[in-house]
Amino acid sequence: MQISEDALKQAYRQMKTIRMFEERLHDEIMTGEIAGFTHLYAGQEAVAVGVCEHLDYNDTIASTHRGHGHCIAKGCDVRGMMLEIYGRADGICKGKGGSMHIADIEKGMLGANGIVGGGPPIVVGAALAAKLYGDGRLAVAFSGDGACNQGTTFEAMNLAVVTNAPAIFAFENNHYSEHTGVAYAVGSKDIASRAESFGMKAWRVDGCDFFKVYETMGEVVDHVRAGKGPAAVEFDTERFFGHFEGDPQNYRGEGEIARLREERDSIKIFREHAAKNKLVSKKDLDAIDKEVSDLIDKSVEESRAAAPPTAEDVLTDVYIDYI
Amino acid sequence: MAELMLREAILQTLFAEMERDENVVVLGEDIVGGMGTEGGPEAIGGIWGTSTGLYDKFGGDRVIDTPISESAIIGAAGGLGLTGKRPVAEIMFADFLGVCMDQIWNQMAKFRYMFGGKTECPAVVRMIYGAGLNAAAQHSQAPHGILTSMPGLKVVMPSTPADAKGLLTTAIRDQDPVIFLEHKALYAEKGEVPEGEYTIPFGHARLAHAGEDVTIVAAGLMVKFATKAAQGLAEQGIGCDVIDLRTTSPLDEEAILDSVENTGRLVVVDESPPRCGLATDIVSLVTNKAYASLKAPPEMVTSPHTPVPFARELEKAYLPSPGKIADAVQRTLAWK
Ligand SMILES: Cc1ncc(C[n+]2csc(CCOP(=O)(O)OP(=O)(O)O)c2C)c(N)n1
Ligand SMILES: [Mg+2]
Repeated sequence: MQISEDALKQAYRQMKTIRMFEERLHDEIMTGEIAGFTHLYAGQEAVAVGVCEHLDYNDTIASTHRGHGHCIAKGCDVRGMMLEIYGRADGICKGKGGSMHIADIEKGMLGANGIVGGGPPIVVGAALAAKLYGDGRLAVAFSGDGACNQGTTFEAMNLAVVTNAPAIFAFENNHYSEHTGVAYAVGSKDIASRAESFGMKAWRVDGCDFFKVYETMGEVVDHVRAGKGPAAVEFDTERFFGHFEGDPQNYRGEGEIARLREERDSIKIFREHAAKNKLVSKKDLDAIDKEVSDLIDKSVEESRAAAPPTAEDVLTDVYIDYI
Repeated sequence: MAELMLREAILQTLFAEMERDENVVVLGEDIVGGMGTEGGPEAIGGIWGTSTGLYDKFGGDRVIDTPISESAIIGAAGGLGLTGKRPVAEIMFADFLGVCMDQIWNQMAKFRYMFGGKTECPAVVRMIYGAGLNAAAQHSQAPHGILTSMPGLKVVMPSTPADAKGLLTTAIRDQDPVIFLEHKALYAEKGEVPEGEYTIPFGHARLAHAGEDVTIVAAGLMVKFATKAAQGLAEQGIGCDVIDLRTTSPLDEEAILDSVENTGRLVVVDESPPRCGLATDIVSLVTNKAYASLKAPPEMVTSPHTPVPFARELEKAYLPSPGKIADAVQRTLAWK
């Protein structure tokens, strides 16, 4: 696998940004200042970053209710995201969308989504457009193990296959949909085999190890960019927090979270691999940690102080114009 | 009488009806909570607390935790209903109606009519609806208007724990498909609930507050806001009837018309946007059938023609409120 030191540092910076963003939100939500439902992505960083490191600005992604990680990995402004989650007028969606609806079309980020299974059909459309642009661009649908049970996801996979659309279905299997285990909700042996039975090539990879994700995604992206049709990847990954903030998590096994944080921490795994293979120095990674921590501090401080939208703002942005 | 929260009244009613009739079956996403996990079934017991303990009591054949597949959930409810069972399906957020619309609109609602009256589908679809929790555009909507417009469906919107019990009992025993809309911001609302057998017939509104000057019509959470407005206005010597529709389909026209014939003034409160909705429906009813009684143009207090916004300030501006309702009452009184 080929990846430059700079690209590695950038990947680490993104992963660390996601982690700190989410851990900080977890604390801030306890204060009661942040409204609404928030689903944290901590634990799954290697997936978002390992996928998006292969994408450029022309490629698009659609995300889920657990969208902060995908947004950051695709280059959305962290400060604008924080402002949005705080419901501020200068938020990336002007405080209209909140955590579940962060989008930045210029960055190729077609939106987090409050509807489970809402993203995959949209991605087929983006992939069909990509085919028309004819410059090798592609589109990625992130979905959970729960979303793979939605009819929309099935329809999207089949449509992508029969139209040979350059779409990638990225299934993040974190073993839970809300409070239900994947063993109960997914009847097939795994998710990748479903995609295969729709007629596309599918990969399976450890979603907590950036290096493995990155390497696999290299093959996947090559396949799709070469016009060989859509593809799917099933990532075995972990969610460190509850389904949403406030989830009592009684469905977890005893000591499960401690074990996950010990054995399945994508940041730890990255650092260990980087040290063992002398890819990036500890000093450099520590410096990135500091940089990211400052960015998050500043974003939170600014968000706390920022002005909310006003009552008149409710009426704007419904249409471009309306007589 | 026992004091219960609205969510407890729902849960107790499901318990009682499942106990009474073995044909009652419930299904929905995460209604057991913990299936396929180390914590096991009932580790959570449903995200709204409206199904806790049902699985332990009645077992997995009658308490069916489903994958995330709204079309299949509602279709299965239709099929259970057609073949002799009484399904009570839960749609965790009413917004997911978008995912299962066909099974409601083209299937369940039309079986009786399309099949020449030869069949029936006694299914209940519980949907948790409404704004107020900053859950944004896809988790806050109030789709009662769309559903009320569909022939073949009955649509219920309880506003108190007692009504939740009485109306849900009626819904489960009804021979037609019933949409039962529970407002998430009312779940913790407390009230006296009659014990034992308690049913409320559909199409009979409730007078939530009585007065002589203005008629306010509302349903669901809006009844709470309208009553609050009426209480404030009463202190200023302004009397309002607050009519709690209880069911928007069938509609208790008589209760509305009788009240307007007495007051001559109408304010309709509706949580959803103003076009082609409950408010326009009732205003048109009154202008058609009680035109001569009207002393002022009817007022509508609705959400604006926009999706539901996220930020606290925006959602507050979006939703009707006791203050906005009181202002509308004052406008009808000031009209000359
Ligand atoms: C259509 C629809 N149904 C149900 C929900 C409620 N809901 C939100 S997230 C979720 C679980 C999703 O599980 P999964 O796809 O595995 O994603 P994860 O939460 O694990 O990231 C559910 C049931 C929803 N938002 N949309
Ligand atoms: Mg999951």
